[in-house]
Amino acid sequence: MSASEDRLRDLLVRGLAGDTSTYHAFLKELSAHLRAFLRGRLSRLPDEVEDLVQETLLAVHNQRHTYDAGQPLTAWIHAIARYKLIDLLRRRAGRDALNDPLDDELEVFAASDIEADDARRDLARLLERLPDRQRLPIIHMKLHGMSVVEAARATGISEAAVKVGVHRGLKALAAMIRGEP
Amino acid sequence: MKTDELITMLASGAEAVEPHPLRRRFALALGWGAFGTTLLMAIVLGVRPDIEEAARLPMFWVKLALPAVLLAGALLATVRLSRPGARLGRVPAAIAAPVLAVWLLAAIVLLGAAPEERPQLVFGYTWAYCPLLIAALSVPLFGALLWAMKGLAPTQLALAGAATGLLAGAGGALIYSLHCVEMAAPFIGVWYLLGISIPAAIGAAIGPSALRW
Repeated sequence: MSASEDRLRDLLVRGLAGDTSTYHAFLKELSAHLRAFLRGRLSRLPDEVEDLVQETLLAVHNQRHTYDAGQPLTAWIHAIARYKLIDLLRRRAGRDALNDPLDDELEVFAASDIEADDARRDLARLLERLPDRQRLPIIHMKLHGMSVVEAARATGISEAAVKVGVHRGLKALAAMIRGEP
Repeated sequence: MKTDELITMLASGAEAVEPHPLRRRFALALGWGAFGTTLLMAIVLGVRPDIEEAARLPMFWVKLALPAVLLAGALLATVRLSRPGARLGRVPAAIAAPVLAVWLLAAIVLLGAAPEERPQLVFGYTWAYCPLLIAALSVPLFGALLWAMKGLAPTQLALAGAATGLLAGAGGALIYSLHCVEMAAPFIGVWYLLGISIPAAIGAAIGPSALRW
């Protein structure tokens, strides 16, 4: 297995244990791999690449509890990226836009691209459409870096409700991207 | 929002993930689902009155074994399909094995019976509603298991829906067999399997929309 696999898996496993700076490094490195992977497969839709990188990162985060440390990370990431790519193409009803086969699991970490284009979809704007009980916990905790206790004090809701709000809000964000109400 | 800002947003305050989320979720769904299905069977249909005598007959246990073994195979399939990148491996063979075994047993029974007895062995007394009752009993399990799947990350949605339906159907059949008085292998091999296939087919049909994430 490649060096990227071992390195990224180590970062993720520590991130899943609650080490946020390692988790940040994992997402950062992963985003470059995803960008290169998706750019190669969306060569006819270059404007979609950065949106899909963001959507896939959000999916990896929301679904991170389904990663099993005994499983190759390459297979897990590839399955998520492939799923989101097919979902995007279905949404566009343009599966013929796909010019490469998708069964190339080992290539997902083969290349890396840190040159991000601007995303066309602004997640900050989507975030504003969330109900307060989800939006405020996300803003306080995730954008202003407050702890759960501080966010609970700032919003006047319980700590449990803050955690649930963040969790459900990020899932709702993914649903909005999919075009669900 | 730039991708780097999104990454910072996702990572900040990301707490440790609780261990064994799949096991916990499936245990909850199976527990509540089986409770609902059993309650439905006990209240609406009732356990067969002669269950004590019936339990002394080997066929009673064969009838339980088919859905029980199918349930184990379907559970393996459902758990694997709930997580990205996991492979099914030999699980389809493990699901096919009990089906083939009951068909083999049914063939032996039919070949050994007089021609005029054969229709009775296949149709029994309850063929007309047995599959529908199995499908109806599987509803609580099906709902609970779809909830479990929805919180995980299946990537092959039709297949994941089918496995979820198969699991619910096998559970429904297992609990239905405590009510059902049929004891012939040909009956089980046709009508039980048909009943189990109904939620599996529904799962395959609704998976792509119901399990999307």
